[in-house]
Amino acid sequence: MQSFKKVTGVAAPLDAANIDTDAIIPKQFLKRIERTGFGQFLFYDWRYEDGKEKPDFVLNMEPFRNAPILLARKNFGCGSSREHAPWALSEFGIRVILAPSFADIFHNNCFKNGILPIVLPEDVIQFLFDQAEAQPGLKLTVDLESQTVKGHDGFEAVFEIAPYRKQLLLEGLDEIGATLRAEEKITAFEGSHKVFYPALATANSVDSNS
Amino acid sequence: MGKTLYEKILDRHLVSEERDQPSLVYIDLHLVHEVTSPQAFEGLRIQNRQVRRPDLTLATMDHSIPTRNRSLPVQDEIARKQVETLVDNCTDFGIKLYDLKSANQGIVHVIAPELGITQPGQTIVCGDSHTSTHGAFGALAFGIGTSEVEHVLATQTLKQYKSKTLAINIKGDLPRGTTAKDLILAIIGQYGHDFATGYVIEYRGDVIRNLSMEERMTVCNMSIEMGARAGLIAPDETTFDYLKGRGYAPSGSDWEAALTEWKTLHSDENAQFDLEIEFDAEKVTPQVTWGTNPGQVAGISATVPTPEELPQAQKRSAEKALQYMGLAPGTPITEIQIDKVFIGSCTNSRIEDLRKAAAIAKGRKVAERVEALVVPGSQLVKKQAEAEGLDQIFLQAGFEWREAGCSMCLGMNDDLVGPEERCASTSNRNFEGRQGKKARTHLVSPEMAAAAAIAGHFVDVRQWPAKEQEGVMV
Repeated sequence: MQSFKKVTGVAAPLDAANIDTDAIIPKQFLKRIERTGFGQFLFYDWRYEDGKEKPDFVLNMEPFRNAPILLARKNFGCGSSREHAPWALSEFGIRVILAPSFADIFHNNCFKNGILPIVLPEDVIQFLFDQAEAQPGLKLTVDLESQTVKGHDGFEAVFEIAPYRKQLLLEGLDEIGATLRAEEKITAFEGSHKVFYPALATANSVDSNS
Repeated sequence: MGKTLYEKILDRHLVSEERDQPSLVYIDLHLVHEVTSPQAFEGLRIQNRQVRRPDLTLATMDHSIPTRNRSLPVQDEIARKQVETLVDNCTDFGIKLYDLKSANQGIVHVIAPELGITQPGQTIVCGDSHTSTHGAFGALAFGIGTSEVEHVLATQTLKQYKSKTLAINIKGDLPRGTTAKDLILAIIGQYGHDFATGYVIEYRGDVIRNLSMEERMTVCNMSIEMGARAGLIAPDETTFDYLKGRGYAPSGSDWEAALTEWKTLHSDENAQFDLEIEFDAEKVTPQVTWGTNPGQVAGISATVPTPEELPQAQKRSAEKALQYMGLAPGTPITEIQIDKVFIGSCTNSRIEDLRKAAAIAKGRKVAERVEALVVPGSQLVKKQAEAEGLDQIFLQAGFEWREAGCSMCLGMNDDLVGPEERCASTSNRNFEGRQGKKARTHLVSPEMAAAAAIAGHFVDVRQWPAKEQEGVMV
């Protein structure tokens, strides 16, 4: 996985609460079997009309077209569990999302894809929205090691992150590999754990019997 | 101090705990579908890893598949590739798959319960947010992303932080003419779309005890629409009666052993929840969403709200929602005209849902300009409905009768709501673009959807002529 240390860049203000993963990546793009190719469809219905860019959508405007930081409102990423949402954001170039709160599954998915979701108090987020509107070119620096967001005129905010998640991002850790290294614990657990249904898989695993 | 149901289930699945780390939690059942799994299997192949427990893994096809002409190959080329990829992956890794032709195919959250695979006390995951449905059995069930799907395939475990616990104590009885769907929509409406973020909910109280298993699934299904990690209902005789005799449910001495364990699955009297709220069921009315998240909902006798009159925090979202929905503040909900009706989805596509909708539709006709669709949740539900003659009631009334799948809930196939068309839908999400680009979704119960199909606009089912309902009631 892509590691994360420090990012500097403009923050694109996406001014709506409860932005759901259907908006981030609409369903018609979920049929791909690859992990890539989703960035072009990010926020598709907001970014495009009849195949053309909508000039009033923030990510179609300078200086936000290549923003590595997204500034958002509460409950960002709610709804569907589709990891296609962070895949699309990451491929588009978003590395950090700042919001007052995130939906649980999306928040979790970000850490698996080198995206840092940062929760900041509502008034701090509002300050950053105001600043992005007044002086759109201002850059922020997000440093994971020191857990800080720094900006213009001495702006500095400290954020919380679980130690494990911090390590995961800093090192770009292979979580499955790490779990498998402690496989004997899983085997020991299975020795005394029981489920009350018969094995699902059989010799002929695909059932097409009508 | 006593333990909550959530803590009891979690404790029984702890593989390991370390300081400053999420716990490693064992997964009893992993449900897989075509949309969120291909990249996970690809990941396994790249790393040369195996599926640890194919015997605890079940796959089906539901999201992107067509609901008609099943004898033909899937027409959408990219969807066909996705479906074929699932067949290849299940074949290669030895995973049980109920494919498009299987008599057991259906929406993943409909088939696991009806086959008796979903059971109390289990940990259940799926790459789908509505996995919370299975919490109705007292199973800890939640949606995960594709990276975690891969983690579960490879290790049968997940790294989990402990959630906070929220008890929703529901008092009173549901008034006549209201349903489990109205109950959960009313709760989300009162507390908001993100109220339960970070929590596992336990639904408690007499109302819950009196709900059938299918109604409990409707309630738990929409826990995610409040932001909850999972929703739980402690198992009881209703749960055990539902499970007994189902294909994958235990039998004989195994049944007795299971029952002994299942009966311990309740929150202790002195258990402490992080948060407890009381909700009065008596005031629930038939609900209709007017906005673009499930918390933007009103009773059938209400009017579309005026954003200026809402609390400051809700005002801007409401303005944006009404603009998208093409609704004027102050419009009576009963005057909202509809173009489409969708009865289906993992929220409301089970046999009881179809019976209730059929009772409303019987002997009537769908309004002239309305297109109405009934999509059973599984092929078994479809078969049962046909045995009861429900398909004929729907067809004679002018509804379409389809094959099982997610269908118009998210419109990944060609079951779409057109731009600016208005749909009365028994599904779970009224997000912008969910049912189609610029589509306008109103979430309702199956009864309300059927009545709206016939009237052409929303109507209060509590005033639906009672005589008409007697014919097919069970």
